Amino acid sequence: MENDKDVLEVRNLKINFNTYAGTVKAIRDVSFDLRKGETLAIVGESGSGKTVTTRSIMGLNSPNAVIDSGTIMFKGQDLLKKSRKQMDQIRGRDIAEIFQDPMTSLDPTMKIGKQIAEPLIIHKGMKREKAYAQALEMMKLVGIENAEQRINNYPHQFSGGMRQRIVIAIALVNYPEILIADEPTTALDVTIQAQILDLMKELQAKTNTSIIFITHDLGVVAGMADRVAVMYAGKIVEYGTVDEIFYNPKHPYTWGLLNSMPTMDTSGTELPSIPGTPPDLLDPPVGDAFAARNKYALKIDTEKQPPFFKVSDTHYAATWLLDPRAPKVTPPAPIIERQKHYAELVHEELNKSKGNHVEEQEEQL
Amino acid sequence: MAKYLGKRIFYIILTLFIVTTITFFLMKLMPGTPLTNQAKLTPTQIHQIYKQYGLDKPVWQQYLVYLGGVIHGNFGTSFQFSNQPVSYLISSRLGPSLIIGGQGMVLGVLAGLIVGAVGAIKANTWVDTSATIISILFISIPSFVLAVLLQYYLGLKLRLFPIADWGGFMYTVLPTLALAASPLAETARFMRTEMVDVLSSDYIELAKAKGLNKVGIIYHHALRNSLIPVVTIIGPLAVNIMTGSMVVENIFSIPGIGEQFVKSILTNDYPTIMGLTIVYSAMLCVVLLITDIVYGLIDPRIRINK
Amino acid sequence: MADNAKQTSADDFTPIAGADRAKLDDEKIATPSLTFLQDSWRRLRKNKAAMIALVLLIILFILAFFSFIFETHNPNATNPNLANLPPKIPGIDINGFNGTIEQSGERINAYAQAHAGNHFYILGTDYLGRDLFSRILYGTRISLEIALIASFFDLAFGVVYGITSGWIGGRVDTLMQRIIEIMLSIPNLVVMVLLILVLKPGMTAIILSIAITSWINMARLVRAQTLELKNQEFILAARTLGESSWKIAFKHLLPNLSSVIIINLMFTIPTAIFFEAFLSYIGIGISAPQASLGTLINDGQKNFQFLPYQMWYPAIVLSVLMIAFNILGDGLRDALDPKSRE
Repeated sequence: MENDKDVLEVRNLKINFNTYAGTVKAIRDVSFDLRKGETLAIVGESGSGKTVTTRSIMGLNSPNAVIDSGTIMFKGQDLLKKSRKQMDQIRGRDIAEIFQDPMTSLDPTMKIGKQIAEPLIIHKGMKREKAYAQALEMMKLVGIENAEQRINNYPHQFSGGMRQRIVIAIALVNYPEILIADEPTTALDVTIQAQILDLMKELQAKTNTSIIFITHDLGVVAGMADRVAVMYAGKIVEYGTVDEIFYNPKHPYTWGLLNSMPTMDTSGTELPSIPGTPPDLLDPPVGDAFAARNKYALKIDTEKQPPFFKVSDTHYAATWLLDPRAPKVTPPAPIIERQKHYAELVHEELNKSKGNHVEEQEEQL
Repeated sequence: MAKYLGKRIFYIILTLFIVTTITFFLMKLMPGTPLTNQAKLTPTQIHQIYKQYGLDKPVWQQYLVYLGGVIHGNFGTSFQFSNQPVSYLISSRLGPSLIIGGQGMVLGVLAGLIVGAVGAIKANTWVDTSATIISILFISIPSFVLAVLLQYYLGLKLRLFPIADWGGFMYTVLPTLALAASPLAETARFMRTEMVDVLSSDYIELAKAKGLNKVGIIYHHALRNSLIPVVTIIGPLAVNIMTGSMVVENIFSIPGIGEQFVKSILTNDYPTIMGLTIVYSAMLCVVLLITDIVYGLIDPRIRINK
Repeated sequence: MADNAKQTSADDFTPIAGADRAKLDDEKIATPSLTFLQDSWRRLRKNKAAMIALVLLIILFILAFFSFIFETHNPNATNPNLANLPPKIPGIDINGFNGTIEQSGERINAYAQAHAGNHFYILGTDYLGRDLFSRILYGTRISLEIALIASFFDLAFGVVYGITSGWIGGRVDTLMQRIIEIMLSIPNLVVMVLLILVLKPGMTAIILSIAITSWINMARLVRAQTLELKNQEFILAARTLGESSWKIAFKHLLPNLSSVIIINLMFTIPTAIFFEAFLSYIGIGISAPQASLGTLINDGQKNFQFLPYQMWYPAIVLSVLMIAFNILGDGLRDALDPKSRE
């Protein structure tokens, strides 16, 4: 998997938190790559470790977080070994982040022009006028009307959606290699959500930035991501292209996630949900962390953690169900539907040469 | 803005009117008369004095006369100080009080801001602990104890400053220090809480994500946002200073209104007590008004909405 | 990882059956679950300074309220022959506790000079020969009584005023806030002085004047918190379920106000103690021969140069009292409001 196109390689990351109750093993051996210009979605419930992972890429984990092991390679250098000063130089220039709540993530007492220009002044040593001119450009780019006047406004004079556009402008003003978007639309109205997602896609096309998109909302992922990593209890349990995860999921947890997402076909009474709650990471289970909530659990799930089984070159899943010795299980009906659909897709794809299937699927979703 | 100011000034006048009224009638309820402390007087003499002060008229008439006087800045005549007008007594003593009070406030708030900010930046380290200890000590040790200790050790023993009296900057140092303690502690406490709050806010997180270093974050984002709310405690601090000045001026024999107030209390000099009550309330109202205006000027969220 | 898999037997790959499944205990929670109060108590206990303050206060309370057991002499009995004696604790021969005092460069035994015989005063005597230790105990009791009374008014009046103002809202709220605003524009001390002058100096006057001024802060904070809670879901839920307004206020609102109330109470107490000492110090508080820490400090201050212990001891006790309440208050705030620290 390692190739020149990777901008970020995370390997065997383990992070613990020291709390009064003991050591919480928040990230338990996570590895993934981020390629140039792609969008990688990290999906999971709250507490699954999505945010902790990205915080450590930014070097912004809370003081009681301890990096147990692992490397985060960016441009041939391990970010985990960088000093705070070196990280200050990378943050906002090479790697930028958008936060969840635009209502609180802008400084209430600073004009937004200055807030957007700040990264330019810090990292490029730009003079005020030049930085403001560029900030103005950026404001136009993210779709803020009357940018010339509004550059001197304060955050409270903007709506939530507009503020998130400003946050995006701040993040992208230096054209970073990597943009981390931590649930950037969760706090917004549904209609605004779509606008922000469109804006991000549009800007990504222009800037060729790689995006790590964190969300618990699979619906957002489908339209946004190229690849998807599903996290559960501090581990990645399945990863693959967006098609593979949506139409040929292998891990029972991914099945659960997909089943609990409403689609156009959803009919009838109730949206299924995954029973139970994630395990406590103070004392994580020896075996598969999902076993307790998994109705397909095998005996071995309680004894050993499953390794990654290869499904395709791009698709891996960590579940014992993929072991050759495991009994054949029948996934829930909707998943079978999805798999059938996937088979058709692959078939079509074989027939057409390499088509732009991503767009096609969007229409079908 | 003009409308807001007009409204506020109306409320201040209303407040002062109520204060004047309440004080006047409370004073009428006083058990002692101004003559209690005097040598024995014949009934004719008493009657004469009553007439001189207008005390022989019905209470409501006295009230109207007094109210009319207050509007013109006339608070009547002092019972104790050789028939001096109260207004003269107060105005001649206002200067020293304002000087040490102002100095104490400025010194206390500035030092408090530094102590509080350092405590927040170094939160949960020994620096923070020391800052907390300083503010707890200064909040807890009463001003009159602190003043006596300062007077004895810095004045009498080390002879660094004059121990009492009034006559130039050196005379103001010890009283200023004694008065500054309480605002220092209160400001430090408030500032620390505010700044810890600000430092854990989302926009500081975004500033970190921008790549701002620690100094930049504190200077550009944290300080301003935690300084703004500090303005709101200036009013209560002014009250502390006024309270403190009553004993501090006494201990250092400063000819200010605080010392006068205590003296008047102990000698039942009602007109002076009433006059000073009104003056204290007026000063507090003005301080509150100014801090509210300043708060509106420096906080963009309030400024625009007005 | 692949090797790992090979060591396992085929049996492992059978689905988990009913009995085993139950053992999985899918909602096991390893973090000990604590109620809000337990959690707060845990945090408070971890705060060493606050615990020391708490213990100190308990000791001071016991000493003060059972002063009739601990006091070595009648606090008000004068004995002019034994005036201004320095502290003497039999068996301890350290200057400051052995009954000697510096007089014109020489250390002399003040007790021998006064023909005190077997009498001894562990903290010395004042200018009328009254036992300072017993007087300090008595003064502490006055301070603590004032503290309790101020707390009572804070709770009885401040909390009720705040809840009423915030809960009813509208015109009532506006009017009640105007009243508070006017009270806030007069310095507390001035209000107290006026009241004391009307009522004649003494314990009753002090209590009333502190009562009248102490509740305002509580009322404001409680009102602000009430306004905030009023529109929260759990209150709305209770409303939807048809509970009466006042029942909601007491059953749902009050418990959620408890943090604010406790924290503010802990700051009302030192303020009240301070004002009592202050008023007594300037001479319109507790009147002679009764002792208060304020009057003791005032008496002691006159002789501070020569008999420093006469001011030091009451000043230390008063300061310790204030420090302990302030530290405990800080600790409680941190414990009850987890946001403020950690």
